[in-house]
Amino acid sequence: MGPLIPEILSDQWNNIIAIITGMAFGFVLESSGFSSSRKLVGVFYGYDFAVLRVFFTAAITASIGLLFMDYFGWIDMAALDGLPARVWPIVVGGLIMGLGFVTGGFCPGTCITAIGIGKLDGFMFFGGIILGVFVFSEMFPLFENFYNSSNLGDVTVPEFFNINPYWFTVGISIIAIVAFYAVMLIQKRIKSVEY
Amino acid sequence: MMDIKSDKQHTYWNPYLGGFLLGLILIMTFFLTGRGLGASGAAKAIVTQTVHTVAPTHAENNAYYADQFLGGKVPISNWLVFEVIGVVAGAFISGSLSGRVFFRVQHSPKITARKRLWFALLGGALFGFGAQFAKGCTSGAALSGMTVLSLGGYIAMLSIFGGAFLFAYFFRKLWL
Repeated sequence: MGPLIPEILSDQWNNIIAIITGMAFGFVLESSGFSSSRKLVGVFYGYDFAVLRVFFTAAITASIGLLFMDYFGWIDMAALDGLPARVWPIVVGGLIMGLGFVTGGFCPGTCITAIGIGKLDGFMFFGGIILGVFVFSEMFPLFENFYNSSNLGDVTVPEFFNINPYWFTVGISIIAIVAFYAVMLIQKRIKSVEY
Repeated sequence: MMDIKSDKQHTYWNPYLGGFLLGLILIMTFFLTGRGLGASGAAKAIVTQTVHTVAPTHAENNAYYADQFLGGKVPISNWLVFEVIGVVAGAFISGSLSGRVFFRVQHSPKITARKRLWFALLGGALFGFGAQFAKGCTSGAALSGMTVLSLGGYIAMLSIFGGAFLFAYFFRKLWL
């Protein structure tokens, strides 16, 4: 049955759905405090774990939901867009993004919510993204080989390790619950930061 | 313009509620469109469209740009551009309902607003640069990838957060 586009809903709906989805995304992120850089980076210094809680809860909720829908035959999970595992480009890119996170205090999605409520640091971060994308694009011929290297294809974690996807998701959920409990204990021991 | 006191009024949601609702949004997005959420892709579309308009030949000679307008595609009409416009609106509505919409620079009292802005620009540049290697950022690569149990998504999540924890110590004076 799903995805509904383009089989059931026509392609013209795609941009309308994009705006509505974006509004819901932005509303939930902002309401969860993700428009505040000082709240976001709290996870890296131990004074606020909202990022870990929201991020993990969202990923698990969505995985479990999609697995159920796949089981009921409402959606073909294998047909959904995954991220092809280009291992080393993702690791290098991820580490650079991590450095960007602790220096800039946002990630791209959260800086957009900061812009939505008038934070000038959010505007600056977005300007930085534009700059970073431009520099990368201009230098692309230099990176082209590396960019396309170590590609394991669009494979899932359960496929790669040859384990049952349901048990994998149960395992991730247990890890998340343990992490939620652990950060609750850590937060009690760390001096709170006013922001 | 800078009213730091009003930032202290925390009326944020319970994070588990926010996460649960975000999960439902992800499910709906995948169910309707077959794709996940994202953010950095919108910046890529803006850059490509601008370069293609200003210097068309230059853009066509670069495989990274060219890939986005081959076959008559219009980079700026990317799904993520519309989604990001929605994110600005959604955040504005949420912020308005809680009285958080006004122009200011948010920063630690131990650093100046100017320093905060320069580091925001630097961080954004690094994030935008890194996201190109990974083909996505925290939302597009990590969160949406993890949702479909994608190996690439899990690697992205571990590298982004691993990198941030690795470097956090050196930038503690910006935040603590």
